[in-house]
Amino acid sequence: MATATLDTPTESRSITISLTINGQLRRLPVEPWTTLLDLLREQEGLTGTKKGCDHGQCGACTVLIDGKRINSCLSLAVSRDGAEIVTVEGLADADKLHPLQQAFIDHDAFQCGYCTPGQLCSAAGLLAEGRATSRDDVREMMSGNICRCGAYTNITDAVLEVLEKETAK
Amino acid sequence: MNRFSYARPTDVAEAVREGSPGDVRYLAGGTNLVDLMKENVERPVRVVDINRLPLHDISDLPDGGLRLGALATNADTAWDARVEERYPLLSSAILAGASPQLRNAATNGGNVNQRTRCYYFYDTATPCNKREPGSGCGAIGGVNRIHAILGASAACIATHPSDMAVALAALDATVQVTGPDGDRAIPFADYHRLPGAEAWQDNNLAPGELVTAIDLPDERFTGHYTYLKLRDRLSYAFALVSVAAALKIEDGRIVEARVALGGVAHKPWRVKTAESVLHGETPSHNAFLAAAHAITEGATGHGDNDFKIGLARKAIVRALRQAADGTPQSQTDKRVA
Repeated sequence: MATATLDTPTESRSITISLTINGQLRRLPVEPWTTLLDLLREQEGLTGTKKGCDHGQCGACTVLIDGKRINSCLSLAVSRDGAEIVTVEGLADADKLHPLQQAFIDHDAFQCGYCTPGQLCSAAGLLAEGRATSRDDVREMMSGNICRCGAYTNITDAVLEVLEKETAK
Repeated sequence: MNRFSYARPTDVAEAVREGSPGDVRYLAGGTNLVDLMKENVERPVRVVDINRLPLHDISDLPDGGLRLGALATNADTAWDARVEERYPLLSSAILAGASPQLRNAATNGGNVNQRTRCYYFYDTATPCNKREPGSGCGAIGGVNRIHAILGASAACIATHPSDMAVALAALDATVQVTGPDGDRAIPFADYHRLPGAEAWQDNNLAPGELVTAIDLPDERFTGHYTYLKLRDRLSYAFALVSVAAALKIEDGRIVEARVALGGVAHKPWRVKTAESVLHGETPSHNAFLAAAHAITEGATGHGDNDFKIGLARKAIVRALRQAADGTPQSQTDKRVA
């Protein structure tokens, strides 16, 4: 029975984890069933990251973990202990917009804006991957982000513009 | 999500000790398990987080094959230079599945262990022998457009949702596992199972066993292969029917043929005796059609999914043509050539 207490599943038991969120090292108590999305929004007040479907189907919750885009709704925060997280709040350089943010404005790449933080983080991940070279590539590699307003054409234009500028460098 | 206790071991033996007793689930990328926990389909008492285990590498095997660590992500696997060069069929199949975000989190071990996307399995208000043994099957006589046409049973007509696993079946991969009774290697054809009367059992892992790696043999199909995936929308959807095809052609004749189907059965569907129909043949529509009929022999629809029988046969013929011509299906330009 020595392990009975440890294994009582109803017991609320916080585990302290470390995350670097948008460049700031944070030590955070989390319950093991807390998703990274809920941690960011509810505990850290970073409500830029959106909860759309909460099942990995819409991409609104996309953030960068150690430079890679993932669905924060399907990630248990405790499992990401030690990771570096970038959310939409961390994309800009102080008052200077990230090139993707500027391109989204220039191309009118949103209407309601709810999917936009996920689209931006996903596009940042896409650029870092260095695999997309064509419009078809961008369309396929942005397919994990749903936009119910249907701004896809302009989103594709915006991402493609930044991609082409980065490639030309 | 239910409450659970949590452990984060750093070596495999410790993980197996943590994972052995009772209602325990191993957590890797979480893209399937966390979702199922939110739906109350999975309600583990204990979650063993295996992400700190040293199973992330992709490494050459002494016999010329390649070992894919169980915790290497699907993205890192699909874009590994050795996988792209030596096993382009696998790379293509992985890139046909899910979304970039999911592939960045999902792991190789998790991919083969993912569970069906049958609507009734997900909906705890309906009967499902896979979720709740003995409760019945909502899909039989229900809405079953996405369900199995081959190898199903009176208890379950669910399909295995993976694309990656279809390519692994065609490539004769081996699943390396470890568990309370030690290590063993399971040929891919024997890894997943048909539902029979025990629909809750997706595969032949014993309780507490953990996938550590997936090995690919040194048999490469780099010239003649394709992964053709047909679905209701062109991206980010599960297959209605998919085909992994690989051929070896010498002096104009087929000397080896591999065909595995996804979206049609409880496991990646391969019929080795049917593949041999192609041996010695010159690539032709009639030879491909004969193989398609042999591979789908005994296919049975359940109403909404009757169309899959014809679709599977046409997809096999088309995939074999793509493979023979050396024109694999692009996973970005979705026009089927």
